[in-house]
Amino acid sequence: MDRRTFFKASLAGGAALATGAASCPAQARGNKDLPPEALGLLFDSTLCVGCKACVAACKEANDMPPEFSTKDQYWDTPLDLSGKTLNVIKAYRNGTMEAKDRVENGFAFSKKSCMHCVDPSCVSACPVSAMQKDPKTGVVTYDKDACIGCRYCVAACPFGVPRFTYDKAIPQISKCQLCVHRLKDGKYAACAEVCPTGATLYGTVADIKKEIARRKTLEPGKQAMFPRGRLGGPDQSYPNVVGKYLDHTYGEKEFGGTQMLMLSGVPFEKLGYPDLPPRSDAALSETLQHTLYGGLIAPIAVLGALTFVARRNVKPEDEEGEQHGK
Amino acid sequence: MANNHAHAPAPLGGSLLTPFTLLLGALSAIAGIILAYRFFYGLGAVTNINDGYPWGIWVAYDVVVGSALACGGFVMALLVYIFNKGQYHPLVRPALLASLFGYTLAGVSVIFDLGRWWNFWHIFWPGYAQVNSVMFEVAVCITAYIVVMWIEFSPAFLEKIGMKDVKRKLDKLLFFFIALGVLLPSMHQSSLGSLLVIFGQQIHPLWQSGMLLPVIYLMTAVLLGFAVVIFEATLSSTGFGRPLETKVLTPLSRIMWGLLASYVALRVLDLLWRGALGTAFAATWQAFWFWVEMACFIVPLATLASDSARRSASKLFTAAVLLMAGGMLLRINGFLVGYQTGDGWHYFPSFAELMVTVGIIAFEILAYIVFVRKFPVLPAAQPATR
Repeated sequence: MDRRTFFKASLAGGAALATGAASCPAQARGNKDLPPEALGLLFDSTLCVGCKACVAACKEANDMPPEFSTKDQYWDTPLDLSGKTLNVIKAYRNGTMEAKDRVENGFAFSKKSCMHCVDPSCVSACPVSAMQKDPKTGVVTYDKDACIGCRYCVAACPFGVPRFTYDKAIPQISKCQLCVHRLKDGKYAACAEVCPTGATLYGTVADIKKEIARRKTLEPGKQAMFPRGRLGGPDQSYPNVVGKYLDHTYGEKEFGGTQMLMLSGVPFEKLGYPDLPPRSDAALSETLQHTLYGGLIAPIAVLGALTFVARRNVKPEDEEGEQHGK
Repeated sequence: MANNHAHAPAPLGGSLLTPFTLLLGALSAIAGIILAYRFFYGLGAVTNINDGYPWGIWVAYDVVVGSALACGGFVMALLVYIFNKGQYHPLVRPALLASLFGYTLAGVSVIFDLGRWWNFWHIFWPGYAQVNSVMFEVAVCITAYIVVMWIEFSPAFLEKIGMKDVKRKLDKLLFFFIALGVLLPSMHQSSLGSLLVIFGQQIHPLWQSGMLLPVIYLMTAVLLGFAVVIFEATLSSTGFGRPLETKVLTPLSRIMWGLLASYVALRVLDLLWRGALGTAFAATWQAFWFWVEMACFIVPLATLASDSARRSASKLFTAAVLLMAGGMLLRINGFLVGYQTGDGWHYFPSFAELMVTVGIIAFEILAYIVFVRKFPVLPAAQPATR
């Protein structure tokens, strides 16, 4: 091989790589920001009594089929999120289960439904824009007519939220969309609407954060007023005993933040919520992709270098015998 | 090289109906029947995938491993046309053919796994296409590469079907397609690793290399390309009763060895840097499979260390098989063994699921046999025995 060709090619390739690397800082992407009118839920585990009215209301509002986990199939008894269940209440149980919201010999409830991440992995993963985050409300929606059923969102979500109907010839993804279809009738998330204790509360993330701050100033064990339904809606507040909150508000920092925020008396990992870093995986993944492929600069530069070298080295088939025999 | 003209590719000829091809045909047919069932009754009716393991072997093996095992054509093109190592030219066409089938089948098998496959075109359609998705890059790039490979390979059959003019014109432009044929697999083979970045800590630390994932997957894809060329050259020599090509494979394996050494070094340094190596000594299945994977890379590194070892056809073949297993395990480990999405989820492929994968491999081999017998692929040579 002629050294000169190789040298030139190396130079061109090096330049291409350098271009790619140079574009790196500009392409690095941090976590996304909370949309201006972000909507969300507040789940306060200390208020939840485990009645599962929210599970039933969710089924009805979203027209989802029942799911059975008992031998006699009398009523809907989902144990986890699934293709048929968008919202579920789970219980943490320990020892004798004497006291609520206690780790030792205690119990607590947790809600599982879409967290509506500020920077969702499912939206970043989806190759066909079937998963979208509303630029105004931040609600993460799913469009089955766009979906190809690759299940990258199912695999990517750290909360295990998007589910898939494996038993269907025409399957789809199932996930909570914060009842956006009910907004036009002046209604809101069914789970919050029916919650008798206000454990699940609907509102703007700004209002929810204010409410969280208020609850943390309350004195545990004393009586206080707790809103129900929707923050900023008609007053449905009622008196209840203040729970012993942990300092940690789940969803405030985790994974770049989520629009469902949670308060609890027991650590969140006991409630089945993963300990996640503050940086979203979507930010990491997209930084990588944009560094390599931003503006297609690096690929085009490398292609140029490769074409230059290949042009010298590729001989038309007919001459091949002689060319490669030298 | 005086015997150069003997290297011009020629069809092998011979009978297509043998017990072996019949077996391959039967296996392909069984896969076809299972797939028909899958399209009527859903993915759950034939596979064991679930919401904890939404991707099974149809993704991890058929696409991720399958396309990596089909990197022979890419690596040979890189070596011959970019690094101008003309002596490996006889290996290009057979490698390219195997890649062509490997990739085409990997591409087609994506459809089997897609729940809403009729929307597949959305990936390429402006308005639907979501360019931030790693999956988008993988899909577009693999599709483009399959097209490019058919173009690259077309000289082998254009002449046969009487399109000499097209062939002549194409010959003049071939260098561009060859350049694309080196760029595209570099892009998507690395991106197959990048797919795991967004899984974050759902991937066991032994395989969650973050920003290094694309480098690790690309390096092993090239390694697999080398290994597969050695594997296929040896098999088709014995299978079709042709002389062994050890003379070409020995220098080839020297390049492969250098790359292997740098890969093992990078892999270990990455684990050390991230402080993940400790988890390799825990009593877990992940740790077990990690060591099996690493052994598949480290053993060939030791056995092929000397030039004399690289002249032994059997040592070369064994090393190639080990490397293929290693590259395969890296991918299976990353996508399945090391994928941890919470307690209570299990996955092991069902029999029907496995038979589809087996059927796809059988069909690939069958198509390869038909092509080399009918079209000028393998270098013409006097059969050693016949």
